[in-house]
Amino acid sequence: MSYFQGNDVILHKENLAKNIYRLVIAAPDIAAFAKAGQFVHVTVPGYFLRRPISLCEADSSRGTITLVYEIRGEGTKALARLNEGETLDVMGPLGHGFTLDPGKKVIVVGGGIGVPPLLQAVKFYGANAKAILGFRDASAVILEEDFRRYGAETIVCTDNGTRGQKGFVTDALAGMVTKEKPDYLFACGPKVMLEKVAKIAADQKIECEVSLEERMGCGVGACLVCACRLKRTEEEKEYYGHVCKDGPVFPAKEVVF
Amino acid sequence: MADLSVTVAGVTFKNPIIPASGTFGFGREYEDLYPLSLLGGISTKGTTLDPKDGNPPPRIAETPAGMLNSVGLQNPGIDAFIRDALPYLQEQDTVIIANVAGSTVEDCVEIARRLENTKVHMLELNISCPNVKEGGVAFGTSCESAGAITAAVRKATTKPLMVKLSPNVTSITDIAKSVEAAGADAVSLINTLLGMRIDIESKRPILKNNVGGLSGPAVFPVAVRMVWQVANAVSIPVVGMGGVASGKDAIEMMMAGAQAVQVGAAIFHDPFAPVRIIREMNEWLDAHAYSSVSQIIGRVEPW
Repeated sequence: MSYFQGNDVILHKENLAKNIYRLVIAAPDIAAFAKAGQFVHVTVPGYFLRRPISLCEADSSRGTITLVYEIRGEGTKALARLNEGETLDVMGPLGHGFTLDPGKKVIVVGGGIGVPPLLQAVKFYGANAKAILGFRDASAVILEEDFRRYGAETIVCTDNGTRGQKGFVTDALAGMVTKEKPDYLFACGPKVMLEKVAKIAADQKIECEVSLEERMGCGVGACLVCACRLKRTEEEKEYYGHVCKDGPVFPAKEVVF
Repeated sequence: MADLSVTVAGVTFKNPIIPASGTFGFGREYEDLYPLSLLGGISTKGTTLDPKDGNPPPRIAETPAGMLNSVGLQNPGIDAFIRDALPYLQEQDTVIIANVAGSTVEDCVEIARRLENTKVHMLELNISCPNVKEGGVAFGTSCESAGAITAAVRKATTKPLMVKLSPNVTSITDIAKSVEAAGADAVSLINTLLGMRIDIESKRPILKNNVGGLSGPAVFPVAVRMVWQVANAVSIPVVGMGGVASGKDAIEMMMAGAQAVQVGAAIFHDPFAPVRIIREMNEWLDAHAYSSVSQIIGRVEPW
């Protein structure tokens, strides 16, 4: 593990959809070490605890990282008041990301604000990646063009069919894997979605990794608050691992949903 | 540059700043940011005899100027601590304070025995964890049980013994006097204050444990008051903690009577907090022409 902490300048701020923002931040050290699926821990003016946000992109040649976050409470609302040119206290890259295995084929499945953490993995796999991205409706769709730009065949699903296919990402995934089985499935989104993706992966015998979320403290494995239920094998008893250090990306078969 | 060294129960610390138990793991998590040798000492994560799983999540909730936690003493057990964490820690040139927790007196005695022949410099007996059903704070809320567990562990160790006190009591000075009489070499205080937050939309407490321990700047004035009261009530050294987030906070805590200061929740906001606080203390002492930090200990002039 190698991580950094500093006050980093916001180079670009953009409203992607209602309550969803993209920040591009100058953070060369973090960008140089970051791997797909890792996160950063940021402070918000006026709030005590840091907020963990998964990396959407890390560009080591430009020395920038990209974060996409949704306003969910007072803290993220305060974060959204920060503008270009201002600084953000960023700590990272933290945690454990997705498996990056050159030449292998992957399908990434994202739901809502679970979509951004998958983009950097698609950047790595390029045309060997396919993406299934789910949103509430057309107005909530984000990053579709970015996934396409990095070479992934991309399917958008919306709950009400106002954009792309109508229905759940897991239905689209079930159809896709019966046609062509990938080497890996990566998923990020609501827990019910992750559980269904993990089930499809288990049934089809595909390696699956899921990115989890939990209320977090230190971000580096010291305080042990972000506990999640895991089991190493079917036979072993369950235990509490920690999203910040053991994850946020876990082998789906080790997660107790 | 003032002399920052302090001595607590015969153990010399190069400076008075110690990351508090439960906020710094076993130290290694922060080695990427700064050498642990900069720290006065490290109070390690509370360790029980057997591995402990802890409470179900969520285990943390934000509060105005602080946080609640309900980790519930998750730890790998004393043998894993000695085998896996201690060899690294003892190479770091800092004082190692092993935080001991147990659900029975016998467990705490056995942990102390197993630490006896290790390079741990000091024991910190935790009789104040608010997040476990048995042991923890149950020992720390009556003078009799606090004295009894202190006396039992005292017999089992030749290492300096510090007892960590709970603020969730009617008279912390009475508890402090009991553990002093039972053979404690020092006391540390305060552990967290019991608190609760509720998500009013779901009507559910944010913590799965319903209640948890409050820490952070919100508790600082309570901690200063209790350190001051205890320092005036006992003759053993007091290590102060609770909401310290700056060099000035640490100075204030020491003026109240603390010989050394533990820093906890501040680390979650700023992982550099302990080293920043050391630097800020130094600057304040220089600006006020003190040659040694020990010159300010207990120097509050009460009205």
